[in-house]
Amino acid sequence: MHTVLQQLVNGLSLGSIYALLALGYTMVYGIIKLINFAHGDIYMLGAFWGYYVINQWHFSFWPALISAMIFCALAGVIIEYLAYRPLRNSPRIAALITAIGVSFLLENGMSYLFSSNVRSFPQAIAVKQYHLGSVTISNIQLLILVVSIVLMILLQLIIKETKMGKAMRAVSVDADAAQLIGINIDRTISFTFALGSALAGAAGVLIGLYYNSIDPLMGMTPGIKAFVAAVLGGIGLIPGAALGGFVIGLIETAVQALGFSAFKDAVVYAVLILILLVRPAGILGKNVKEKV
Amino acid sequence: MRGKKLATVLGTVMLAGSLLLAGCSSSATNGGNKQSGNTIKIGGNFELSGAAAAYGQAMQRGTELAVSQINKDGGVKVNGKKLKLQLVQKDNKSDNSQVASVASNLATQSKVVASVGPITSGADLAALPNYTKAKVPLITPGGTQDSLTVQKNGKVQPYMFRSCFEDSYQGKALAKYVYSNMKLKRVAILADKSTDYAQGLTKAFKKEFKGQVVQVQYYQAGDKDFNTLLTKLKGKKFDALFVPGYYSEAGLIVKQARQMGITQPIVGADGFADPKLVQIAGKKNASNIYYTTHFDSKATNNAKATAYMKAYKAKYNEQAGTFDALAYDATYMIKDAIENEKSADSTKIATGLANLKNFKGVTGTITMDKKHNPQKPVIIAKVENGEEVQATSVK
Amino acid sequence: MKKNLKYNLTWLAIMVVGYILIDVLELVGVIDQFAETTLVLIGINIILATGLNLIIGFSGQFSLGHAGFMAIGAYTSALITQAIPNGGGMVLGLIAGMALSALVALVVGIPTLRLNGDYLAIATMGVAEIIRIIMNNLKITNGPAGLYNIPQLANWSVVYLFVCLTTILIVNFIHSRDGRAVMSVREDEIAAESMGVNITKWKVIAFVLGAATAAIGGALHASYIQTIAPNDFGIMESINILIIVVMGGIGSITGTYVAAIVLGLLDMVLQNFGTLRMVLYSLALILIMVFKPSGLLGTWEFSVRRIFTKFKAKGDA
Repeated sequence: MHTVLQQLVNGLSLGSIYALLALGYTMVYGIIKLINFAHGDIYMLGAFWGYYVINQWHFSFWPALISAMIFCALAGVIIEYLAYRPLRNSPRIAALITAIGVSFLLENGMSYLFSSNVRSFPQAIAVKQYHLGSVTISNIQLLILVVSIVLMILLQLIIKETKMGKAMRAVSVDADAAQLIGINIDRTISFTFALGSALAGAAGVLIGLYYNSIDPLMGMTPGIKAFVAAVLGGIGLIPGAALGGFVIGLIETAVQALGFSAFKDAVVYAVLILILLVRPAGILGKNVKEKV
Repeated sequence: MRGKKLATVLGTVMLAGSLLLAGCSSSATNGGNKQSGNTIKIGGNFELSGAAAAYGQAMQRGTELAVSQINKDGGVKVNGKKLKLQLVQKDNKSDNSQVASVASNLATQSKVVASVGPITSGADLAALPNYTKAKVPLITPGGTQDSLTVQKNGKVQPYMFRSCFEDSYQGKALAKYVYSNMKLKRVAILADKSTDYAQGLTKAFKKEFKGQVVQVQYYQAGDKDFNTLLTKLKGKKFDALFVPGYYSEAGLIVKQARQMGITQPIVGADGFADPKLVQIAGKKNASNIYYTTHFDSKATNNAKATAYMKAYKAKYNEQAGTFDALAYDATYMIKDAIENEKSADSTKIATGLANLKNFKGVTGTITMDKKHNPQKPVIIAKVENGEEVQATSVK
Repeated sequence: MKKNLKYNLTWLAIMVVGYILIDVLELVGVIDQFAETTLVLIGINIILATGLNLIIGFSGQFSLGHAGFMAIGAYTSALITQAIPNGGGMVLGLIAGMALSALVALVVGIPTLRLNGDYLAIATMGVAEIIRIIMNNLKITNGPAGLYNIPQLANWSVVYLFVCLTTILIVNFIHSRDGRAVMSVREDEIAAESMGVNITKWKVIAFVLGAATAAIGGALHASYIQTIAPNDFGIMESINILIIVVMGGIGSITGTYVAAIVLGLLDMVLQNFGTLRMVLYSLALILIMVFKPSGLLGTWEFSVRRIFTKFKAKGDA
């Protein structure tokens, strides 16, 4: 029994990482219907930023986290401005290829500048293990869980309660109509990218700290997993991304705990396909009926 | 219908054409690449970008260091003349199609007389046909798969060599060491499912190990969270954990296992032998760890290794690892082969490499066996608190 | 009918002349082994990308799982040619690979092709990953090490032949009545359905046909490179094929040819740039997409008919 509880904790802690990344995916998708393949690489940038400022400028954890969020927000806005904005009225698949190009550029550019080697992330917070009965949880796992939940709530508040959030929702429903009523689309989209990328930056520092290993290709696999999580939960929806992330974390854990570790990813994809067949717009997604 | 008819006509015409011309094109056989001028061109088929870039870049550094040292020492002596080495390197982006393309580029365009790399077994297999066609020997610092150097009919691949151990050699040595020296009877295995390196090691270990293999679990290269697998293992009774895989994941496994309270010894192969293992795991966690290596970091019994590590540190401001040392040796093995055969023609180098005896390298004293596998002692190192405390040579 | 014969004969002549040209160039030494490798890799990419273009460009279904079907073709034909290492085995392997791949596409396609846009993309990507993971775990496929010592039965003439064959097959399909039905699905599903077009059927047919051509590409890849491993058929491979399709112009077979050739040559040149290679490649990719968002050729097609008509018009004038 205690193993099951421990595995549950493991699954939730893994899931919170996917959820944190999936949030950024889902926001960008929600507003311009773009699968931002470079999102995972912005997370990598965040991790490298954290590595740099903690090692070189001796930042402590919180300043490193916040500066990484600002840095990634900037990076996200610049990428949007240079690579995605010119393609806003082009076929969506062209923008997708550009996003893939940006992803390649970030991965290989970093690899060119800093070599592809794995680096160990500086331990800005000492690891402590808490034993709650038979369950062990580390302070960093808790930190990730708490930070991701806080960020999710904050995000939901921004979208639901602020003026900018209202503008974001309006643009995502109908960009042209939003423009007509005086919403600055460019600024709204930039803001969305900034927000999504800041989340990725936070994830980069947190995960760097947790696993203690970063490399230029670290964004690839989690990026794709996070995208799967966003789709699973219903892409474009903040609660959907969170749910999808936790579901995938738990599925992966369950499959491994049952002893089918070699098929971990296959099961995740199989579940994804099955859920999409039953609910074609994801778990929380609303199936929009087509009208002629 | 129309398309079909067209296709048939087209097919016939082309078949006829290729039959007509086949005779002519195959007659242009060559006897390998000849060395000419004042330099000896060797090729580098490197994974500089893509998934295996970290290992490929290490290979590049080792090779470059070797070439610059050889040239600084005057070059390679061929028939009384000192010839400089010239490294022609190309990136294969860790992609097998590109590996094959780079191989033919190096062999037919650059006319290299030998090639270092690619580093993974799969890539070596993709590169080999083109090198074999051009009769250019390929020496890999990292292709450990047993069957790499043998053809389907059991004969040795004439142009395939390696400077690393083959999987079964290491797997067996480890199995023996765990059972006989460490006296441990129950082993759990946590293996990388995405590389043939880990699979080969697992297979060899399981075959040789006389005790009991309690459980085998798998992860994928690139995974970062092993808590679930380790939680599962923690409930089982085992004396040692064998982790066939590379340091980037193994470091995390060591870290997460120790944090979870798994205190049993963790055993690995030469994929562990990199300073980054300890960096990732953390000094405190990196205790009670055993792995095979090519040179112990104290290097008390190998002056070459000491010099190498110093030179590497001076040039790259980083500690040397396994792959760069193996690539360094591979380059020097080519030099030795040339000097022994007194010729830098590609076919002669192949002969020289096959007959290599008592080559004193960084990674040990090497003699090539009949299957082009280097015979050298396996060293098993023990790490406590991030420091290597003991190194035993096993045969 | 007579007119069509004229156009077809011209196409045939172009193909045969192309073949002889390459053969002669090889004979006089302009094309060496390296250039030949490049040509073969371009050819295989053309086969893969035209098949994907049929799915994405003509039936409008966004598939990200092409590498999975490529893997099925590669493994099937590799296993068969290892057992029967001659031309007959190659043909048998190709047919079996195509059949198996088409079968899997059928089974997967019928339920998933109801999904729209990006959901379909992620579902097909999932299918391809599942296929890859199965190959990674099966004994017969030799796990992560993959298959090697596959007899090299595909030389460049075989690849050239299959480039021509798949192109003929796909172009004829597109220009047929069936092809128009497929394109009507792309333009507007509801309108097509109300005109009596069975949209699921045509989507699935296009998908299955694309999967079968992917199997050809996979089989030729296996035979030419002589070694295959599950990691060759990951998401990246699907993306690489997608890049060719989009860069050439979605819905333009000529564009696919041009993009495959441009990227193939780029790959050849970039080998010399070491670590910088992929940086330059990605920059090229971004710049091309930013300045030519509809691809190099858009939906433009090279057409013999048009040239003939033009000549005629000039002659008349």
